[in-house]
Amino acid sequence: MMTAEDKKILERFPLLINSDIVYLDSAATTQKPAEVLKAVDDYYKTSNANPLRGLYELSVKATDIYEEARKKTADFINASSDEIVFTRNATESLNLIAYSYALNTLKPGDEVVVSIAEHHSNMLPWQFACKKTGAVLRYAECTKEGLLTPNMLEKLLTDKTKIVAIAQVSNVFGCENDIQSFVSLVHEKGAVFVCDGAQSVPHMKVDVRALGVDFMAFSGHKMYAPMGIGVLYTKKEILENMDPFLYGGEMIEYVTTEGATYAEVPHKFEAGTVNAGGAAGLSKAIDFINDIGFDYIEKRESYLSELMMTELRKIPHVNIIGDDNPSNHHGIVTFTVDDVHPHDIAAILDSDKIAVRAGHHCAQPLLKYLGVMSTARASMAVYNNSDDVMRFAESVKSLRKRLGYN
Amino acid sequence: MASTFYNEVLTDHNINPEHKHSLPEANYTLEGVNPSCGDDIILNLRIEDGIIKDGSYEGSGCAISQASADMMLDLILGKTIEEAEKLSEIFLRMIKGSVSEVELESLEEASILQDISHMPARVKCAVLGWHTLDEIINKSKE
Repeated sequence: MMTAEDKKILERFPLLINSDIVYLDSAATTQKPAEVLKAVDDYYKTSNANPLRGLYELSVKATDIYEEARKKTADFINASSDEIVFTRNATESLNLIAYSYALNTLKPGDEVVVSIAEHHSNMLPWQFACKKTGAVLRYAECTKEGLLTPNMLEKLLTDKTKIVAIAQVSNVFGCENDIQSFVSLVHEKGAVFVCDGAQSVPHMKVDVRALGVDFMAFSGHKMYAPMGIGVLYTKKEILENMDPFLYGGEMIEYVTTEGATYAEVPHKFEAGTVNAGGAAGLSKAIDFINDIGFDYIEKRESYLSELMMTELRKIPHVNIIGDDNPSNHHGIVTFTVDDVHPHDIAAILDSDKIAVRAGHHCAQPLLKYLGVMSTARASMAVYNNSDDVMRFAESVKSLRKRLGYN
Repeated sequence: MASTFYNEVLTDHNINPEHKHSLPEANYTLEGVNPSCGDDIILNLRIEDGIIKDGSYEGSGCAISQASADMMLDLILGKTIEEAEKLSEIFLRMIKGSVSEVELESLEEASILQDISHMPARVKCAVLGWHTLDEIINKSKE
């Protein structure tokens, strides 16, 4: 039964309260709280002008909102404002590193290391950068639970290693990597560490200084903010020495027909008109997370993961992928059902108004490595409750029968 | 529990397919793949004098892709390639949502996939076998 507490959180999400959908695809994108939608609306209703350029009051107001969002984002992950570049999403952030850092740093024979479990967003940019520069891309393997240990990583590191790019939390397994240990190993070799935080930043307190990472990429839309605003954290001394990613307006200090002097970081990396409305939404989404608190978020998501795994384990022919320990799932439960293709799982669940992801989760090399064609994934966020999990389990229980199996 | 288009006809073709086997005597074999979801169908046909004498499919995929291929083979075996081509054209039009009652009847059991037109994400699954058939027919005319 839904508790008063469940209801109080749910009521903050207009899409969910106005429908009977059980939304279990939060690892793809979260639903948005009313206060975030209002912040975007308010920005356009009361403060909209082109930020960073106008010499009039309204533009100054827009600039303030945009820069306050940067400050709030920096505080949220314990960085400073000039280390935060706003992008569209984690994918763009990772591409920015590949174009502006990797292409200018890598030499033929250098090595880049990623894990086999990476999302395509943290794999394809490195494939591209290696191909362009003649560097070699090496893959760290993981256990069938999705874990990559410092030991497994260490074996791949050499004096030629220049970049190591690994996600903090896997979008398939939901398990957390020991980033701090990875970073010390990588720094010993004089390489930089790129962390994909898309699945961690929304679910746990992330402190970039404590982790020691050189880069951290994440998306606003997976943490209750609107689509189209993402974040790249880069250590200031690295960011200052990087070339711009995109060229255009408001990223220059001075420009002639022959060349230009670039603006200071981080603006040097934000060419063209920025997404100030999205930044206003992100700022409010961070308020929302801080208001609820990571202690509560982690407790709730761990409880729901445990309940979901317990219920799924009761159902014959259901196989859960990843760690046995629910607290190492961060709301992500990936599974298969014997003889039932994941697309059929998603279609039948959809007819019961339950939204899950099915397919390869943008991690084709991983699934090939695990020897499965594709899987179904249920992923939760703070607005989910035990009713959602029970409705989901009930529907999964009926799957094989509805497909004609005994 | 909501009803789905996974009715008995469809699930039966998926679980107990009549035409899912190898076909050593095939003179046309073509693999059709949906890269986005991993549906993979190998269509084998024996075409002689413009007639589809025998056929089978192999591979793996969701229930819709598998059942659709099985029902397609039910329809086209023994038909001329022109007749098969016409059925394919009707099937693809049915998926797009513009087909007459008479045409629908000509598709026999395959007509149960009509509702897939409301599920854009699954259209690719339903048409995979038929697209592969079209390609084989085009090749056989060369």
